[in-house]
Amino acid sequence: MKTTVFLGTVAAAALIGGMAAADTLADVKARGVLNCGVNTGLVGFAAPDANGNWSGFDIAVCKAVAAAVLGDASKVKYIPTTGQTRFTALASGEVDVLARNSTWTFQRDTDLKLDFVGVNYFDGQGFMVRKDLGVTSAKELDGATICIQTGTSTELNLADYFKHNNMTYQPVNIDSNAEGEQQYMAGACDAYTTDASGLAATRAAFADPENHIILPEIISKEPLGPAVRHGDNNWGDVVRWTLYALIAAEEYGVTSANLEELAKSSTNPEVQRLLGASDDYGKMLGLDKDWAKRAIAASGNYGEIFAATIGEQTPIGLARGLNAQWTQGGLMYAMPFR
Amino acid sequence: MSELHAQTVAYVRDTMLPQAAPPMRQSGVVLWLRQNLFSGPLNTILTLLGLAVVWFLVSHFWPWFSHSVWNASSMAECRQIIAERWGEGATGGCFAVIRERWNQFLFGFFPPSEYWRPTAAFGLMFFAIAPVLFTESRGLRWTVMAVAAVLTFAFCVLLGAPPRVLAVLAAALVGLTALNEYAHRGALVFSLLFPFLAVWLLWGGSAWGPACVLAGFVVGFAVWRVLARFGLFAVAAGVLAAAGWWMFASGTVAGVLQGVLPVALPQVESRAFGGFVLAITIGVAGIVMSLPLGIILALARRSDMPVVKAFAVMFIEFIRGVPLITLLFVASLLLNYFLPPGTNFDIILRVIIMVTLFAAAYMAEVIRGGLAALPVGQYEAADALGLDYWKAQRLIILPQALKISIPGIVGTFIGLFKDTTLVTFVGLFDPLKQMADTIRATFAWKGAYWEPYIFTGAIFFILCFSMSRYSMYLEQRLKRDHR
Amino acid sequence: MTDLPAGQDPPFRLSMLVRDRRYRSLTIQAGVFILVMLFAAWLVSNTVENLARMGKTFDFGFLGNRSGYDIPFSLIPYSSDSTHLRAAGVGLLNTLLVSALGCLFATIIGVLVGVLRLSSNWLVSRLMTVYVEVFRNVPLLLWILVIMAVFTEAMPAPRDYRPAADGTASASMILFDSVAPTNRYTSVPALRVDHDPGPVVLGPLSLSAPLLAFLVALAAAWLIHRWVRARAQARQDATGIRPVTWWITLALYLVPLIALSRLFGLHLVTPELRGFNFAGGMNLDNGFVVLLLALSLYTGAFIAEIVRAGIMAVSRGQSEAAAALGLRARPIMALVVLPQALRVIIPPLISQFLNLTKNSSLAIAVGYPDLRATLGGTTLNQTGREMESMLLMMAIYLALSLVISGVMNVYNASVRLKER
Repeated sequence: MKTTVFLGTVAAAALIGGMAAADTLADVKARGVLNCGVNTGLVGFAAPDANGNWSGFDIAVCKAVAAAVLGDASKVKYIPTTGQTRFTALASGEVDVLARNSTWTFQRDTDLKLDFVGVNYFDGQGFMVRKDLGVTSAKELDGATICIQTGTSTELNLADYFKHNNMTYQPVNIDSNAEGEQQYMAGACDAYTTDASGLAATRAAFADPENHIILPEIISKEPLGPAVRHGDNNWGDVVRWTLYALIAAEEYGVTSANLEELAKSSTNPEVQRLLGASDDYGKMLGLDKDWAKRAIAASGNYGEIFAATIGEQTPIGLARGLNAQWTQGGLMYAMPFR
Repeated sequence: MSELHAQTVAYVRDTMLPQAAPPMRQSGVVLWLRQNLFSGPLNTILTLLGLAVVWFLVSHFWPWFSHSVWNASSMAECRQIIAERWGEGATGGCFAVIRERWNQFLFGFFPPSEYWRPTAAFGLMFFAIAPVLFTESRGLRWTVMAVAAVLTFAFCVLLGAPPRVLAVLAAALVGLTALNEYAHRGALVFSLLFPFLAVWLLWGGSAWGPACVLAGFVVGFAVWRVLARFGLFAVAAGVLAAAGWWMFASGTVAGVLQGVLPVALPQVESRAFGGFVLAITIGVAGIVMSLPLGIILALARRSDMPVVKAFAVMFIEFIRGVPLITLLFVASLLLNYFLPPGTNFDIILRVIIMVTLFAAAYMAEVIRGGLAALPVGQYEAADALGLDYWKAQRLIILPQALKISIPGIVGTFIGLFKDTTLVTFVGLFDPLKQMADTIRATFAWKGAYWEPYIFTGAIFFILCFSMSRYSMYLEQRLKRDHR
Repeated sequence: MTDLPAGQDPPFRLSMLVRDRRYRSLTIQAGVFILVMLFAAWLVSNTVENLARMGKTFDFGFLGNRSGYDIPFSLIPYSSDSTHLRAAGVGLLNTLLVSALGCLFATIIGVLVGVLRLSSNWLVSRLMTVYVEVFRNVPLLLWILVIMAVFTEAMPAPRDYRPAADGTASASMILFDSVAPTNRYTSVPALRVDHDPGPVVLGPLSLSAPLLAFLVALAAAWLIHRWVRARAQARQDATGIRPVTWWITLALYLVPLIALSRLFGLHLVTPELRGFNFAGGMNLDNGFVVLLLALSLYTGAFIAEIVRAGIMAVSRGQSEAAAALGLRARPIMALVVLPQALRVIIPPLISQFLNLTKNSSLAIAVGYPDLRATLGGTTLNQTGREMESMLLMMAIYLALSLVISGVMNVYNASVRLKER
């Protein structure tokens, strides 16, 4: 008799679980919740606190999209994905958008059928070593033992870099950042390699950050950005322009504090368009007029998000560097709102 | 005799001397030591080795344990306190992390105001299994029920359940105890209802949802009973009726009933499940659903219909041949490919389905062992009575076979429960790795490795050990019954 | 029940498919078959549709592409230029290695502990009980994580072996300066040959010549040993006196081995610290050591219980009767107790071996590159071919399980007591 309990559960589950057809925007609106794929726990980018509330740099993207589409930044269901499950979760429709510091690469964009909508963090792969090792350049790491997260693009870069420079290394495969920290701290590897931002975050959390240095070489380009499913361009546009709205807001000096005021009083036509004061750009996305306003209000503009989650004032202490606005010598460049 | 005695040997003593104490080496502690520890050269060596092992463990572990700190807000503070109290360089456990985050290890991200719900579900579970497990020993049954009732109630009070709930809970606990004592069949009905109650308590929402799913079974059963004389057709009609109810009527009826008489708990997302709530939910759901599935598979494997048997063998051997971890990856990576485009349900449900299939295959083998252990005479006797297949199974074969299999079933459950920790690899917050990693990812508790391991390990040990003891006790009892 | 003569069979009616016992089973089977096939077809069609919707294909061509990643622990030559197929092969061999060694160590531990648990020594039997209960009732994953933590936190780093300015190192090698446990790997002495005549190529296989020579010598010695034993047995049967053969056996194994060692210049190389790491010896990756330890200890606890149950299942009367027949202790064990105990021990032992092999996929927790980590991990992730990779991986695990249980079942049949 009890087998049917199982059937009943499946039936109930099928009722609860919605349908995710090609029109993601309509699905999300119908569901009333945005499913956002995030990291299982990387402080600064995406991590749950003691009460299960998520916060971080990637989380802010999820919140902005939810605010733009659903009008409420809290209507996000965070779905933790591992390095292994992340792309499948997106492809199978389990998540609507993947904001999980994933690198935009040729193969992922084409063969894996993902669409990266933009870059929210320009990163590069670096190495961290103990100061007392006496190493000052990655070129001196010949024969070293290196901790590396498996299944990431960094794993391939590492192999390429050492091969290219005719050096050998001994990889220590790790499964998560937490494990990598443990191994590196205990000295199980001479060097720890991952995205430079991750290294900085890891180092910041050490009891003795001054005893560790991040080597000057950046061996790869790691543009990290949110991704959506290939083939649903409407939804891709929504996420892409939400991201650009955040970046553009910083460029034009729109912050969560002066948002309402600027919406009324700004004379800058670009700001007026962005905030829906003049033209109704939301309609073209399938949203309403105030979509960008809400996205910016959710956790501030790009600069505010950066400062609050991973910026220099936080324990992670990342400088803007490449991620400064293009007007400040960085690469952050929102396409024009026109 | 005595006369003869007196005449022949005059010098014989006719009073007993008081017993002399045995030599030192033949009594007391020394004797025990000699017999049990130093009875020969090999034994002496073994004893010394054993002592060395014990000494090694104690000398390495005790200082760390005795220097543990329970009151601190971060790892750094812990280290500072230890250095202050026991001098620079002393090592000690920082159990403050458990004190601060125990709720996450136990309840995951369950809303704190609802902690009483999983607790109550766990407590009530003992009442649901009581009629199945302790049918003979009255004292044991009373002890278990009393302890479960008191603890459940006490923890619900501690976890801040609202007074109304406490009143209902108290009434339910007393009622169930009485039910178990005086109306055995009624208690069995509660066992059947419990899964639905537990689903409602854990996930919340309207109580009418699970009730209407349950109603589907009643509908199917009723249709089958009415049409029973049509044999196979009745079975098919029953299944179709139940399926029709679930697909078309159940949702609407639940909505209407909820409108008329609202009974609802705040909804809790599956995503909020974590820690031991997650492990126990997956484990219990897996075992409850795999038991009937396993019985069917075992019967199919012993069936004399070659097609049915072949399918059963293929399924069982396939599931038993691959590691659970790959099945979990199938749940997370591939299951969505196998279902109609757009179907998308919860990863926890997907994992429960996979764990159920996994456990069902093992269960089928355990039950098959039980079926094989029955003497052929039982089968022949059932046939001789003219019982048809299902009646023979239901009335004669299965009650005996299942009884023999209970230790194996409990063993499977222990294994399954331990294996629930593997869900960490598909991104769920199991108590052992993912939850601990999450807590370690915060700045305050970076480097807290041993304490969470010891804490979760101890809980796992207590749960699994008591289950294995229970199964051993049962084995003993069943032996007496059968020989 | 009387059989109706063939001619008097009642005419076949459709209702008999449901009512008549003989035909009903056919109906049920046909029904089950159709249902299962429909279900399978439904799954396949869903899969095809889903793949098409995502624009994905289903082909195994990616296995021939360059893998691009390095594997820290490999039994066959492998570099990042090798193919994904080779990476999968490396993973499979690693899985086999850790499983085979795990089964071996788990059996040794299990037999030792199982026997010691029955020992009359109070302390030892209690200790063994504690070991068995503690390991059986805690998830394997916890043991892997704990042992990993012990290795990374408690073992010295390789640089601790380097003498500091005052000439003393903070760590020293153990076992007569031959083994260096570190928090990355355990460096053990390696066997090296001085005069290697180069590999012997046999078709697609290439084997190292010294290894081949040693294998041939061992096989030859074993064959001759068997022949000598058979001769001795024949002599004993004929005359009642068994000729002394132990020195022949000893010589058979030792003489060729020593000769070959001299010929190839075989010697042990102890590891020494060079640069960042130990070199010279063999560096056993900690992931491997930890996984092996955890698997052996965990499964060993289960095997101990099986062995104990097996020995207790042989009734005391059996060994007493054997003693009454005048057998000595060793023959009693070898000829009476063990064969009967094995009959009880082998079937559950097989399932423990299978469990161990499957549990080796927990290598994921320690980064040991087994099949799941290469084919089902990095390859899957880098190529995005989850369907193909997962199916292939499950097929390999399934084949492995079937082979192990097949082989063990044959062995089981050979030791089973013949019953009427």
